[in-house]
Amino acid sequence: MITLLLILTPLVTGLIALFLKQGNAAKNFALLASVAIAALALSAVFAPGTITYDASWLASIGSRITLKADGMAKMLTLLTAISFPVIFTAIYNNTYKQASSFYGLMLLSQAGLMGVFLASDALLFYFFWELALIPVYFLCSIWGGEKRIAVTFKFFVYTFVGSLLMLIGILFMYFNTADQSFSWQSFQAVELSAKQEGVLFWLFFIAFAIKMPIFPFHTWQPDAYEQSPTATTMVMSGIMVKMGVFAVIRWLLPMFPTAAAQSANLIIILSVIGMIYASLIAIRQDDIKRMIAYSSIAHIGLMSAAMFTNNATAMDGVMIQMFSHGVNVIGLWIIADLIEKQLGTTNMKELGGLAQKAPVMAILLVVMALANVALPLTNAFIGEFLMFNGLFQYNMVMAGIAGISIILAAVYTLNMVQRVIYGNVNATTEKASEMPFNIQVALVIITLMILVFGVYPQPLLDLTGDTVSAIFVNK
Amino acid sequence: MGVVMMFTGIFTNKKPLITLTAIVALVILLVANILNSYGIFSIQVDTKDLLHFNKMGMFFNTLMIAGTLLFVLLSGSEMEKLGNKTADFYALIFFVLCGTAILTSFNGMLMLFLGIEILSIPLYILTGSDKKNLKSNEASLKYFLMGSFTTGIMLMGIVLLYGATGSFGMVGVNNPALPPSSGVQTASFLQVAGFLLLFAAMSFKVSAAPFHFWTPDVYDGAPSVFTSFMSTIVKAAGFFAFIKLFASNTSLLGPTWSIILSFVIVATLFAGNITAVFQRSIKRMLAYSSIAQAGFMLFALYSNNDLGTEGLILYTVAYCLATIGFFAILMKVKDYTFDGFNGLASTQPVLALVATICLLSLAGIPLTAGFFAKYFMLASVVKAGGPIWLVIVAVLFAAISAYYYFKVIQAMYFKEGQPETAEIGQGFKIGLLLVAAAIVLVGVLPSIVLNWFYF
Repeated sequence: MITLLLILTPLVTGLIALFLKQGNAAKNFALLASVAIAALALSAVFAPGTITYDASWLASIGSRITLKADGMAKMLTLLTAISFPVIFTAIYNNTYKQASSFYGLMLLSQAGLMGVFLASDALLFYFFWELALIPVYFLCSIWGGEKRIAVTFKFFVYTFVGSLLMLIGILFMYFNTADQSFSWQSFQAVELSAKQEGVLFWLFFIAFAIKMPIFPFHTWQPDAYEQSPTATTMVMSGIMVKMGVFAVIRWLLPMFPTAAAQSANLIIILSVIGMIYASLIAIRQDDIKRMIAYSSIAHIGLMSAAMFTNNATAMDGVMIQMFSHGVNVIGLWIIADLIEKQLGTTNMKELGGLAQKAPVMAILLVVMALANVALPLTNAFIGEFLMFNGLFQYNMVMAGIAGISIILAAVYTLNMVQRVIYGNVNATTEKASEMPFNIQVALVIITLMILVFGVYPQPLLDLTGDTVSAIFVNK
Repeated sequence: MGVVMMFTGIFTNKKPLITLTAIVALVILLVANILNSYGIFSIQVDTKDLLHFNKMGMFFNTLMIAGTLLFVLLSGSEMEKLGNKTADFYALIFFVLCGTAILTSFNGMLMLFLGIEILSIPLYILTGSDKKNLKSNEASLKYFLMGSFTTGIMLMGIVLLYGATGSFGMVGVNNPALPPSSGVQTASFLQVAGFLLLFAAMSFKVSAAPFHFWTPDVYDGAPSVFTSFMSTIVKAAGFFAFIKLFASNTSLLGPTWSIILSFVIVATLFAGNITAVFQRSIKRMLAYSSIAQAGFMLFALYSNNDLGTEGLILYTVAYCLATIGFFAILMKVKDYTFDGFNGLASTQPVLALVATICLLSLAGIPLTAGFFAKYFMLASVVKAGGPIWLVIVAVLFAAISAYYYFKVIQAMYFKEGQPETAEIGQGFKIGLLLVAAAIVLVGVLPSIVLNWFYF
């Protein structure tokens, strides 16, 4: 029941928010709703075992509303549920035209995300997969930057093609199930020839790879992140990309173990190329937002490489990193947005000396930056450590090359810190001031999560332990 | 009913009254048909086995009549503006419905032919009904010439089949006169030739490539009200007849059949989608997109199984709802180019919202009826063991179709402008919202429609 509520609450409140007349009322309403959802998600996390929900939906074609919250799903719904109130708090002072539509669509996208993480029926999963996309498309296109229409359209077409390929895959699987159903169990039990498995694997994988995104399917991402309204970018980079990672672990690996093992080498090579490539581009960026976007590709690349190493340690790392990366990247975006709102630019060439003008912000930015580099004592460290550990056991050379990206990450992140907060105050940064209270609240929550999980990541490992062991028991 | 309408025109000159009569007549027809199909109240007419009313056909009739009713409710007022022959227009529409009814229940080549003709001739007139508009006249003439030519081809096909089997009946076509030798049916040359001619003629009627060239000009030239009617109700009826005719005969041509059909499907999808991308007028874009949608509907013929039939029903419902809804909005906007829709969301939010839902449905996005329509079509092909490349090609074209449908959404929501619209009444808005609600409802629970079909 609680799983159903996790989807229904944002859906219903989102629809209500759409029809609220006053933008301010919608804003407060959305904030309240998201806090309530976070409370729900927390109670789900503390509930023992796997929570399931099952109801009839389309009896004639064998699809049911089946929701399943195991450790991984709980963790990701928690990430989603915490992110939204943090985002709403951080953008509390921003004004949007047609604010009620904005907040309504944000909540609707949350409903889609929750659904993706909880669905245990392939058709339902596909439904939510698209439901998460459509509100984001509108959010980016209406409230985005100058080039928003072309950019978000590219993003939309990319992901739509991927989804349709996945739909074909789902159809083929469905007709091969023993009991003509879309349930996860039946899909997993399907026996396929090696050739069929290979084709289906790629149909699904392309959809997920576009979403993550993995090199060479990443070209929509930097533009989309830069042009979207920052609140939406936070949702996209913090949570939506995890849809791809999640889908691989939940659906792809259990369904096609043989094909996954065969293609693992190619995918890991692609991921490692993507990591290095994105890191090198990130070094060259002058814009903070584009730098964060490319650094995000590099981080996701590591996750996707680790997923395919067929190693339980690496999988643990992926779990932690999914959560940590979501938290950290949202923190970085909040600061980038703050700088843009105050100074009107995110170009590092024009910035400098913020440490003198806004010392608290500078400290928090350093914390986020260090988490982005995965320094020990930050939450990202333990995840990256475990992933590299797994990658090392898989292939030393790959791990070595991938390891370069850690150094590169330090280069671009610290370079950014240096150019933004140190140096002399110039004409642009003259008007900078300390951040407002609401952003302090949001950033303090994020900093706390970074430090707490950095020192003591065990709760996350315990939470997702059942998912990881389930994956490796079946093999 | 059509005759009643004609006389109404003589007795009264008040246009709203005529529309009202038409609505009442449609409701009566609808109720009669539903009762009839449930067997509660039936009129038995001895048709000497020329017509065969089965459940499927009756259900389809219900859909067609309901679709027409929706069309009249939403766009009837537009028809009243088209000159003072409103009663005649309604009469013609009822004749078309009569043709539809024959097409859903024909049991022989003769009735098929009659049905097609009863369907087509009123359409030629409706296309040219905007007498003072040159484009309308041109479209009508073009449609008439090409249509008659196809009729000729169709007749030739029927004659050849008659020559081969000695019967006009469907049964005669199914079971060739030649005795089945060692379990393998061999088709004579006459049969194959007749069959292919029929196929070409039917492809023309549903505007499948490479017989689609009339469609854009006719749809563009005809008054928008009638384009809306032609591209939905009439087309769906054509499809039903197409599938009814060929469903049981596919074994005749063996493997060649699926090659021909997949060629036609891919060509249709290609011609419709690629050309639609480059259109500047939304009305013309819809004409091409209707060709593209026809390509999807042809999958029902390809797969030829239960899922395909269910898919066709859903597709008809989804496509009619979305197209009639969108055309009703289109008619209210003065400028039919994409720029004419700029900024519609800020001046007419309800119109823009409903238009968006209609377009999402046409593009096949989940949560709308269009998704399940496309889903069932693809599923039926996969179930029939169709080649995977065909399915992949189809979804790629579906992605292309999203491009031009979304261009309209972009114009409405993301661009600034002051679109000129006609007066829009409260009732019209409520009607549109109901259409949108129906699209979403079918999109979430398609079993509503299907359960109704299975009772």
